[in-house]
Amino acid sequence: MTGAVATLEEDGPGDMSGTPKKTSKKMRTSLMAYAFMAPALIVLVLFVFYPIIYSIPLAFTDYSAIGDTSFVGLDNFKRAFNDSEFWIAMKNSAIFVACVPVLQILSILLAVVVNTKLRGVTFFRVLFYIPVVTSMIAISIIWSFIFNPDGIINSLLLQYGWIKQPIYFLADTRYALASLMFVTIWQGLGYYMMLYLAGLQSVPEEMQEAALIDGAGKVTVFFRITLPMLKPYIWFCSLFSVLSALGVFDVVFAMTKGGPDKATMVMNLYTYNKAFGTFEFGYSAAAGLIMSVVTTVFSLTIFFYGKKGGMSYGE
Amino acid sequence: MGNSLQTGVVTVKKTTTGRKIAGKVILYLILILVAVLCAGPFLWMLSTSFKGNENIYEMSLFPRHPTFDNYVGVVQFLDLPIYIWNTVVMTVLGIVLDVLLASLCAYPLAKFDFYGKKIIAGVLIATQILPAAAGLIVNYITISGLRLMGSYWAVILPGSVAVFSIILFRQAYFSVSNEVMEASRIDGASEFKIWYKVMVPQILPAVSTVVIFDFINKWNNFLWPIIVLNPEKYPIAAALNYLGGTFNFQFGYIAAATIISIIPIILVFIFFQKNYINSVAGAVKG
Repeated sequence: MTGAVATLEEDGPGDMSGTPKKTSKKMRTSLMAYAFMAPALIVLVLFVFYPIIYSIPLAFTDYSAIGDTSFVGLDNFKRAFNDSEFWIAMKNSAIFVACVPVLQILSILLAVVVNTKLRGVTFFRVLFYIPVVTSMIAISIIWSFIFNPDGIINSLLLQYGWIKQPIYFLADTRYALASLMFVTIWQGLGYYMMLYLAGLQSVPEEMQEAALIDGAGKVTVFFRITLPMLKPYIWFCSLFSVLSALGVFDVVFAMTKGGPDKATMVMNLYTYNKAFGTFEFGYSAAAGLIMSVVTTVFSLTIFFYGKKGGMSYGE
Repeated sequence: MGNSLQTGVVTVKKTTTGRKIAGKVILYLILILVAVLCAGPFLWMLSTSFKGNENIYEMSLFPRHPTFDNYVGVVQFLDLPIYIWNTVVMTVLGIVLDVLLASLCAYPLAKFDFYGKKIIAGVLIATQILPAAAGLIVNYITISGLRLMGSYWAVILPGSVAVFSIILFRQAYFSVSNEVMEASRIDGASEFKIWYKVMVPQILPAVSTVVIFDFINKWNNFLWPIIVLNPEKYPIAAALNYLGGTFNFQFGYIAAATIISIIPIILVFIFFQKNYINSVAGAVKG
C-alpha cells in the first residue's frame, strides 16, 4: 500500500493554475487520502459500521446457530414483550439508574476536596482513580470475597453483635442488586471525580475569591458560583452515567450472572444470554434493538433538553 | 464541606487561623477515609494472597503465617504464565495496529482537502453515538465467516482500530504547522515520507496517550475473548473469571492471580497518570 502512495506522488502536485487542473489535483489528493485511510476504514466498516446496520434486519429474523433463517416479522418483539424475564431485566436496568445521583453527588463533593491545595493531594487523586483502571473481573473477585458469608464484612458485623446470621449479600434476592450497585459506585467514583476536578479547575479562581472577600460564606460560594459553573459537566456526567447504568453488564456478568433467581438480571445480560447461551441471534438482536431505542430516545431527549436548558453556562 | 473551598484569601485574624487548621484536619480525615475505602479492598486481597487456604478467612491484615504457596500454585497448577503470554500477545499486537492504522487514518482527515472528507468525519462521530444493538452477534458471525474463531486474531482484528484513537490523533495533527509539510512537498518528498518523517515525530505525545488507553482497555478485556476463544487462549481477565468459577475452593490461588493481573495496570497507570488523566479530562472539555 505504501508503494502505491509513493508512486502516486511521482506526478507531483506542482502546478496550481486553472480550474480543471485544480480539480484533478483534488482528485489526486483524494486518492492519496483514501490510500492513507484504507486499512483503518476496512476494519471499521467490517467491525463497527456493519454491526450497527446489520443489527437491525437481524432483529426481524429467526437467525440461530443451527437451521435455516427466515423473516419472522415482529414475532421476536412480541415474544420479548410477553416474556416476564425481559421485563425483570428492564426493571433491574432501570433500578440501576439510582446509582447516578449518588455517584454524581459523591464525586462532586470529592472533587471539591481534592481540588484544594493540601499537601499530598495529588497522591490521593491518583489513589482514588485506581479502581477505575482495574478490570471489573478483578474487582468482582475482590468484592465477592469481601461480601462472602464468611468474609470480612460479615465477620466484623458478627463480632460486634450487629447481626446474628451472616448476610448473603450476593445470594439473597433482597441484597444482591444493591450490592452490585454499591460496587458500581465504588468503581465509578474516581472517574467522575476526575471529570469534575477538570471542571473545577476551569472555574476562574478570582471569581470565588472576589465573592469570599465580599463576605460571602464558603457554602454560599459553592452553591452560587462553583455549582452553576459546573453545570455543563454535571449534564455530561449524568447523561453518561445514566447510559452506563442502563447498559450495565460487566459487574453482573462477573459477580452474579443475573442470580439469585433473576434478582440481578439486567437487559444486557438478557441479550447476552439469548445470544451466546441459547444462540437465538435473531431474538437477542430484537431485545437489543428495543434497549437501543430506549437508550437513544432517552439520551437524545436529555441532550436536547440540556442544550436548551442548561448544558451551557447559565443564562 | 463548605470548608473545603480552600482559596488563597489572606486572613489575618487569629480566629480564622484556628478555623483554617480545623478545616484542614477535616479535609485530611475525609481524604483518609475515602483512601481506606478505595485501597482497602486491594490491600485485603493482597493480604489474602499470602494466607494459607486453611486460614483464608483469617481476620487480620497481616497474616500470622504468611506463605508464598499461592504464588507458586498459580504458576504450577493454574498455568498463569500461559494466560499472561496470551494477554501480552493480544495487547501488544492490538496496540501496534491501533497506533499505526489510526494515525494513518487521522492524517488526511486533519491535513488534506479531499472528496468525502465531511462524510467520513461525520460517520466516524456517528459510530460513537449510535449503539450497535447486536454488535457482538454480528461480529461473531463475521469472525466465524473469516474462519478466525479460536485464534488470537479473532480478538486482535476487531479491536485493531479505535475511532477514539483516530479522533485523538486528528486533534494532534491539527496542532502541527503546515509549513514544514509544504516545504517537504516542494522538495519532492513522497506523501508517505512526509507522514513518517515530518508528522509522526510531532504527534508522539498523542501516541503515548493512545498506548496507555489501549493498554488498559486491552489488558482488562474479557467478554469478547470469552466469546471467541477457547480457555487455553484466554487473556488474564477472562482467565480469572474462568478460574474463579472452577477453582473457588482454592481461593488463595485466585487471590494471587488477581494480584498478579492488577499489578501491570497499576504500574502503567501510576507511571503515566498525568498524561492519562489529562486526556480523560480533556475528552469532556472537547
